[in-house]
Amino acid sequence: MTIKKSKWCDLMYGLISVFFLIQAPIALAEQIRVAVASNFIFPIKELSKEFENTTGNKVLVISGSTGKLYAQIHQGAPFEVFLAADSNRPELLEKEGIGVPGSRFTYAVGRLVMWSADPKFATKFGLHVLGQKNFRYLAIANPKTAPYGKATEQVLRKTGYWKKIQSRLVRGENISQTLQFVVTGNAQIGFISLSQLSSSRELLGGTSWLVPLSLHEPIQQQAILLKRANSSQVAREFLKFLKSKKGQKIIKNYGYYVEQF
Amino acid sequence: MDLHSLDYGPIWLTLQLATVTMMILLIIGTPIAWWLANTCSKIRVGIEAVVALPLVLPPTVLGFYLLIMLGPNGWIGGPVQTLTGSPLSFTFTGLVFASTLYSLPFVVPLQSNFESIGKAPIETASSLGASKWDAFFSVILPLSRRGYLTATVLGFAHTLGEFGVVLMVGGNIPGKTKVISIEIYDRVEVMEYAQAHILSAGLLLFSFLILVMVYSINKKLPVNVS
Repeated sequence: MTIKKSKWCDLMYGLISVFFLIQAPIALAEQIRVAVASNFIFPIKELSKEFENTTGNKVLVISGSTGKLYAQIHQGAPFEVFLAADSNRPELLEKEGIGVPGSRFTYAVGRLVMWSADPKFATKFGLHVLGQKNFRYLAIANPKTAPYGKATEQVLRKTGYWKKIQSRLVRGENISQTLQFVVTGNAQIGFISLSQLSSSRELLGGTSWLVPLSLHEPIQQQAILLKRANSSQVAREFLKFLKSKKGQKIIKNYGYYVEQF
Repeated sequence: MDLHSLDYGPIWLTLQLATVTMMILLIIGTPIAWWLANTCSKIRVGIEAVVALPLVLPPTVLGFYLLIMLGPNGWIGGPVQTLTGSPLSFTFTGLVFASTLYSLPFVVPLQSNFESIGKAPIETASSLGASKWDAFFSVILPLSRRGYLTATVLGFAHTLGEFGVVLMVGGNIPGKTKVISIEIYDRVEVMEYAQAHILSAGLLLFSFLILVMVYSINKKLPVNVS
């Protein structure tokens, strides 16, 4: 019996040491958790890869709608950095003392595009195609919950289509679901983000029209450092990287308008 | 909390959806359960498994396939579009279709009810000259009251609480596909917690009450054949 027990102990001891051996190299690098609005999912992948390669630190990405992530942060979700799709939520977090004062900045300005997977809807000719009767559904992001949806509503109101199009509107929970509705053919035309379109242009095909910035308030996507990460050097470095020429160039490549360059 | 700012549309729509779904479930669930209870067919286990699938699958799987199937290019939505001019996605009918699939596992357990009744009562009825239909409606149905009550209430309640599938195929259209669960989700998202509380507490209480009701009535009903 005693022999058996000691064997067990040896085994456990061995396993534990192996576990720590594996853990050791990772423990040297720090990991940060970044909460990201779903429209920014493609650029964040490249940005975090670049950041990981240059600094050796790990970036764990959590994506969701800005509203949901905001609520989670409010309830103490363990994120270090928040990249929202608007400026309201980061502003609120700053006021509420959950975000670090002065750490807030605009990392990207979103662009809206009207897109159809089937070229016959001729979205490239501009908004007047919305007056045609040849399509059943127009997909937009929910204006109440998604910043891109809010901008879409502004565009449609400003151009007088909002009331006329009501019976044909379907609302995606976020900009990703809006795209999904059009990709699957359930909606024929959709207002999505330029970043979605430019990250999978070949895959998506169809025709599109870039909505002029004059038709809606700028979609200022802001980042903020969260209080719980106040002392995290890596989190600060990551935000600095987003602001840097290199970071902003990557962001621009994904179809965002960036202010500095 | 301000009750006036509450939009009753989603509540009404959800009740309609649950009622219609429940009626369809009883109509199609009965023959399926009856067949499963009486068949010796080899495909029986396969059918049983298919019916129970929505219990174990995440709603996203069902939602994803339904989004494709019910759309204008899908093999259900396509023919429907040629017939009616509009596909099934983003419509109330589409939601009824989705909910029926989703809540079917709660109605088909009628099967065990039919099994426990056995063949004797229906054979007796036939020997007394009753037609098959007559025997079913005047003998089996009354004997299955308990099973039907449970199936009806659970099918109804489960449809009330449906979220993931509706989120994926509904398109959040007020009056057509915006049900309570979606409304609650939206309210939480924009931090209108007061309205979210009213709706959530209401749904909680309502669901609790109908479950209490079904369990207390069930206690009074006979288990099966006496």
